[in-house]
Amino acid sequence: MVIEAAPKEELGFDAIDTIVHKHNVEAGAVIPILQEIQDTYGYVPPVAIQRIAENINVPASEIFGIVTFYGQFRLQPLGKYLIKICHGTACHLCGAEMVAEIVSQVTGAKEGKTSEEGLFTVERVACIGCCCLAPCMMINGEAYGRLTPEAIGKIINEIRKQEAPVTAG
Amino acid sequence: MSVKRNGSWLIRVGLASCGIASGGRKVYNALSTQLGDRGLDVKLKQTGCMGMCYNEPLVEVLSPQQERTFYGKVTPDMVGRIINEHLIGSNPVTEWVIPDEEISGLLGKQKRIVLRNCGIIDPESIDDYLAADGYQAIEKVLRSMSPQEVIAEVTNSGLRGRGGAGFPTGIKWGFARRSPGTQKYIICNADEGDPGAFMDRSVLESDPHSVIEGMLLAGYAIGASEGYIYVRAEYPLAIQRLEIALAEAREAGFIGESILDYNFDFDIKIRQGAGAFVCGEETALIASVEGRRGMPRFRPPFPAHSGLWGKPTTINNVETLANLAWIILHGANAYNTYGTEKSKGTKVFALAGKVAHGGLIEVPMGITLREIVFDIGGGTSTGLEFKAIQIGGPSGGVIPASLSDTPVDYESVTKTGAIMGSGGLIVMDESSCMIDITKFFLNFTQEESCGKCTFCRLGTLRMLEILQRIADGNGREGDIELLEELAWNVKRASLCGLGQTAPNPVLTTIKYFRDEYEEHIYDKKCRAKKCPALITYEIITEKCPGCGLCVKYCPTEAISGEKKKPYVIDQEKCIRCGLCMNTCRLGAISVH
Repeated sequence: MVIEAAPKEELGFDAIDTIVHKHNVEAGAVIPILQEIQDTYGYVPPVAIQRIAENINVPASEIFGIVTFYGQFRLQPLGKYLIKICHGTACHLCGAEMVAEIVSQVTGAKEGKTSEEGLFTVERVACIGCCCLAPCMMINGEAYGRLTPEAIGKIINEIRKQEAPVTAG
Repeated sequence: MSVKRNGSWLIRVGLASCGIASGGRKVYNALSTQLGDRGLDVKLKQTGCMGMCYNEPLVEVLSPQQERTFYGKVTPDMVGRIINEHLIGSNPVTEWVIPDEEISGLLGKQKRIVLRNCGIIDPESIDDYLAADGYQAIEKVLRSMSPQEVIAEVTNSGLRGRGGAGFPTGIKWGFARRSPGTQKYIICNADEGDPGAFMDRSVLESDPHSVIEGMLLAGYAIGASEGYIYVRAEYPLAIQRLEIALAEAREAGFIGESILDYNFDFDIKIRQGAGAFVCGEETALIASVEGRRGMPRFRPPFPAHSGLWGKPTTINNVETLANLAWIILHGANAYNTYGTEKSKGTKVFALAGKVAHGGLIEVPMGITLREIVFDIGGGTSTGLEFKAIQIGGPSGGVIPASLSDTPVDYESVTKTGAIMGSGGLIVMDESSCMIDITKFFLNFTQEESCGKCTFCRLGTLRMLEILQRIADGNGREGDIELLEELAWNVKRASLCGLGQTAPNPVLTTIKYFRDEYEEHIYDKKCRAKKCPALITYEIITEKCPGCGLCVKYCPTEAISGEKKKPYVIDQEKCIRCGLCMNTCRLGAISVH
């Protein structure tokens, strides 16, 4: 079962408005606005779509269309660590499916889902461009390459260790 | 062009994404601490991609006499000895040095124009770029050349768009120049979406100013005052270094109003792509910059007449732009001495897959695939026989080993049924299944199809379904012909490049590996032992010590047995993921 990280639906309109107004001097700012919303909250909360629409006078349906068109946007909250498993050509040849399987085993998060304790979200991505280190993955923006089952276990355990006091308490 | 140093030692650490992913930052920090502790007069510098990605993390030591030594796969533990023996004792630690023969094999056939500064300068320092003739091309152009002369120079150089289509850059500029209107735009296409390609990422991470200078030159040539860099959000380091470079360039007066006090204004903004492959197509990219769903539209009108916000727009790829300053400074004739009759200059490739020396390479057009794979790439990494090379990503095709003498230029590659594409080169050995790789690409294009054209939206899905059933051992007689027919229809009836090229992997693999398709369909055999439905994993009793490691990783609990006795695999439960074989350190698991 997927446990969503604490929803931030109560997020204030002020915060959203601030982000919108930083961008709306420019035409075509919807995507940068959504990107900043997602950077801030980890996902695009539905309430934000409505609020952006009111602010910039674009129908909410159109913004929703943009959010669902682009692979980057998420309508669900994320775990604390976003693991992007590279499925580029080189990684595919060198065992990306193996990496995906091991990562889901050790984190407990299936592809596209978040682990129960809310720590890990696992995603499949097209290519992170570290092809010579295949197979590889990216955790919160940092790339890890030349992965083996042992290496993956080590990386995830390292994170768990760091998080141990927090999750235990 | 190397940055001149006098008198002291210089150490460079490759800190592009590949270097960082391999632990380059830790090496850099260890060097920084230990050099500081000892108060040595050594300049330590971060740099971008040195091109030898297979050896990351890389450290280059440059002696006061300008002797270059490269250390590969450096760890923080190795730093102490390198400092003691090499920097203090002047004796390189030979066992860690990348041998000269390896370096000359790698670099001997390369010609670095686009990559001239990559792995040499600090990408976060405009001073480094300036010391390497940076921003001299824009200065020269503003001082002494008319926009028409710049266009003529680039046309004469023979430079063609490096994003894949290969349209002559100078001619493209001419269209936008002649389009009426005062507001025009330059867009740098850095939406490098091909899986297996990292040329643009590396250039942006290693030498962002050369791309910025290229945009300035393009802007001057067509009469634009604004530019956008459309870069993938998946490249956080490239974006960060571009932001730094833009801020530095603005501060130094290379971007903004009255650049270098000439009557030329140009500003650049970054737009992050949001994860849609189709946005590499120029009309879709424009829609995305305008804040809409990135769907291609019918052309004409071409962007040169009606592009961003309906204004004349030129879209150039990162690599195309990174060539420009060099061409302006050295002249069109210096550039067009490289290459073939119709494909001039050099091309950057991301060499990866089952190749021994994978990395970022730049070669003169006309070099053969064999030279790339064997002389530069050092053959396969697995020791297995070289089978084929995939060029051009999901829009490209697979060229078999028997055509290794194909010269790499736009015309020759197209003749094989593949396309040059943006520069992804994936080497495949005997362990690569052609059905599997084709399925992989179709899966990608099918997911990335924007859905506008029926043939692309549904045709790619139908082809994928057929490939899937062939891989599953359920292929039927007539499937190959059906695939071919579908492929040609999707090619002919799709609006944009995505659909028009998506069938290329299917067509080239059928053309060159038809026997492998037939084996899957009629004999239910996968010779590469990749397709799960057609293989079985077994434990070799004599070799299995019963350590139980494979049991730990098996996702379906298909392996059982007693400790210290040979284990067995329950074929009913086994899903043939191959994890056991990957984890077994003793080679006690076989596949057939």
